[in-house]
Amino acid sequence: MSSRILKLFTLSLCILATAGAQEAPLVFEGALIYPVEGEPIPNGRLVVQNGKVLAIGATADVAVPPNAVVRNVQGKVIIPGLVDTHSHIGDGSGGDRSASMHPEVRILDAIDVRSKSFKKALAGGITTVNVMPGSRHLMSGQTAYLKIRQANTINDMLFCRDPLNDICGGMKMANGTNSIGEKPFPGTRAKSAALVRQLFLKAQEYQSKIAAAQGNPEKMPKRDLEMEALVQVLEGKRIVHHHTHRHDDILTVLRLAKEFGFRVVLHHVSEAWKVAKEIAVAGVGSSIIVLDAPGGKLEATDIRYENGAELEKAGALVAYHTDDGITDSRLFLRSAAFGVRAGMSRTKALEALTISGAKMLDLHDRVGSLKPGKDADFVILSGDPFSVYTHVEETWVEGRKMFDRSNPEDKKYAVGGYDVFRRDAHLDACEGGVE
Amino acid sequence: MKRGLHCCAYRILGAQTRLLILVLLFIPARSIPQVAIRGEMVYTMSGAPIQDGVVLIQGAKIQRVGAASQVRIPSGYKVLTGKVVTPGLVDAHSVVGLAGMLNQPHDQMQLEKSDPLQPELRAIDAYNAREPLVEWLRTMGVTTLHTGHGPGALASGTTIVVKTLGNTVNEALIDSGMVAFTLGESVSQNFRSPATSAKAVALIRTEFLKAQDYVKRKGNKDPEKRPSPDLKMEMLARVLSGQAKVLFTAQKATDILSALRLAKEFGFKMVLDGAAEAQLVLDEIKKAQVPVILHPTMVRPSGETRNASFETASVLKKAGIPFAIQSGYEGYVPKTRHILFEAAVAAANGLAFEQALSAITIDAARILGVDRRVGSLEVGKDGDVVVFDGDPFEYTSRVCGVVINGQVVSETCR
Repeated sequence: MSSRILKLFTLSLCILATAGAQEAPLVFEGALIYPVEGEPIPNGRLVVQNGKVLAIGATADVAVPPNAVVRNVQGKVIIPGLVDTHSHIGDGSGGDRSASMHPEVRILDAIDVRSKSFKKALAGGITTVNVMPGSRHLMSGQTAYLKIRQANTINDMLFCRDPLNDICGGMKMANGTNSIGEKPFPGTRAKSAALVRQLFLKAQEYQSKIAAAQGNPEKMPKRDLEMEALVQVLEGKRIVHHHTHRHDDILTVLRLAKEFGFRVVLHHVSEAWKVAKEIAVAGVGSSIIVLDAPGGKLEATDIRYENGAELEKAGALVAYHTDDGITDSRLFLRSAAFGVRAGMSRTKALEALTISGAKMLDLHDRVGSLKPGKDADFVILSGDPFSVYTHVEETWVEGRKMFDRSNPEDKKYAVGGYDVFRRDAHLDACEGGVE
Repeated sequence: MKRGLHCCAYRILGAQTRLLILVLLFIPARSIPQVAIRGEMVYTMSGAPIQDGVVLIQGAKIQRVGAASQVRIPSGYKVLTGKVVTPGLVDAHSVVGLAGMLNQPHDQMQLEKSDPLQPELRAIDAYNAREPLVEWLRTMGVTTLHTGHGPGALASGTTIVVKTLGNTVNEALIDSGMVAFTLGESVSQNFRSPATSAKAVALIRTEFLKAQDYVKRKGNKDPEKRPSPDLKMEMLARVLSGQAKVLFTAQKATDILSALRLAKEFGFKMVLDGAAEAQLVLDEIKKAQVPVILHPTMVRPSGETRNASFETASVLKKAGIPFAIQSGYEGYVPKTRHILFEAAVAAANGLAFEQALSAITIDAARILGVDRRVGSLEVGKDGDVVVFDGDPFEYTSRVCGVVINGQVVSETCR
């Protein structure tokens, strides 16, 4: 072994040793903390270690552990890292329009972790994101649930451990006009539903063949990527994220979900206010968007700022999403603030940016609120979460500072400027009306 | 049919009743609307804000403005109250009214693609005063709108300045606007030629040279030698003589410089529009003494505007360059933006509160040349007022009252 290799070997041993050791706990104290699950804590203390929340509470109740590094954040506001349930950051892609349904296509095979759009999301306080393929298909592929960590490969960002065997995201579906077109696309709404039903019937058949095989490899049906993904959907392990705008299209989604028993989250839901009761009765979550003005798309002319309030009133689970580049990740807090403007409670509005979204992604055990044992993802704000004058000062992911507005290299992602955002595919696509 | 029935019913009534109906119909028509707006803080945009202030409007014009302790609200006035009162908002550049909410071919009249240079297309021939987006803007506090032919052609046509009230373009119209020119990628996306920036500039120069020649020939003593009337040349002649201003959309620094170069070569009056990369050429813009109608603060950082910054408004302010903030053009959702929200984000990124409010009221009115009528709360100006239930820029504050030309057009909080 040459001396150089030996040195490298020793160095890597050192790195491994450091990683395995207990990090010094970090303490943030004096801020108004919104843990989201639990009452706001004035003059709170947040203790994090090894990427997790160790303790949280009033300074009077939570002790500072020995060896802790303490930071005074008096006057600031701390909220959990934001969960964006629907975004197109990362310059990914999905189905290629060669067919109307692509359940086998995974966006995780196409995401560029170096895309500046991730920096943009961090500048907006987003730490967890559901990256989706577009909506010009009935089924455009598998989505990816990502934690915006420092990453060299997509594996570094995934929530799942093993992309070959784990479920690493949901299934993107769409109805209404986006997925209507020339063959092989459906020409009408009824045809759209029929194509989806036919495919799910096929998946049910495949599922029963697997069941009949009783684990005997000889009797197992031939491997089929499309069917495998849809069986995961039928089993409730992979959640359907369904683009839908018009009230009748929303009801069609609920009808299909009931028929095949899959778990679904409604996305955009522009006309939610018309069928809020039906959505609540179905027990289905809505991931909604705020558009500054109505129009631009026939199905979105009836969108209302009141969607959040109406869903809350009906007792339905509601989260916001950016649909970046439709709205800007840097201003995600703004979406929920508009919910408050139109009658949503502040509590539900903050949940709609955090824990409610986490529930829609099946990630609420790890993210969406600040509780001991959960991931140490949090945002330090300069003031009230719903004020336009408030800035995201710092974004922390699993105990690491990933965005710091006081650093000019980071701040540029919050405000923009020359050469900050190069041509981002997701933004250019939205100009062309993909979403 | 219905009308006939009404006539019959009318005839059945006795003469006295008929007279009474006529009188009743007459009274409201003759009475002059009188409105008083009282705010905990009144931003007049002409002097310091007034705590507990009152604005009195008689007919279509502002009658008095002052502290409640000094301005008594006469009896008979309809009274609106709120936390914050501002002048009606002035959107310095939009395409709403030519561009409609539906985003279908029949309601998208902001860009004619048959030729890249058609300055003769008039906005008055295309503005739909009843467009639902106009109504939406009105109820959200925008009372004056500079709209018309959009960016995307070398010269797309003219713009107009309208009130967001009125059933016809004539009722809405307050000023003739400018001639819209564009340099940049959007032009080459819409037309086969010009496909490059250099060709674009060459085409514009060529047309202005033709226009100079046209003007010269028009002045010929011999009527036989005068040119036949030509709409395009007539419009360019108006630009050359300074009767019409150019609204020059240019986002990238190179295109901004080309626009400034063209203005200098042909001596036309210009307002720079968009200007996403203004920060790179501040000195040049300042030296040319051109005002800027800045892109919406939240414009998507992609394509030609990929270098846009939330801080450009505050940088322009510090540089002493007059500017206004626009809602701009949107090809998809949302179909329009709202200057209130765009100014709010500028106010959160370095622009002072009153500077941001100026950029969507008095400064916008000055750049558009309509400040004698709108943009501030001063005696004699149009009775255009907005009432808010809190800081206008806060996401959670709402527009709770809108008055245009002395008419209360909205009283619902939105």
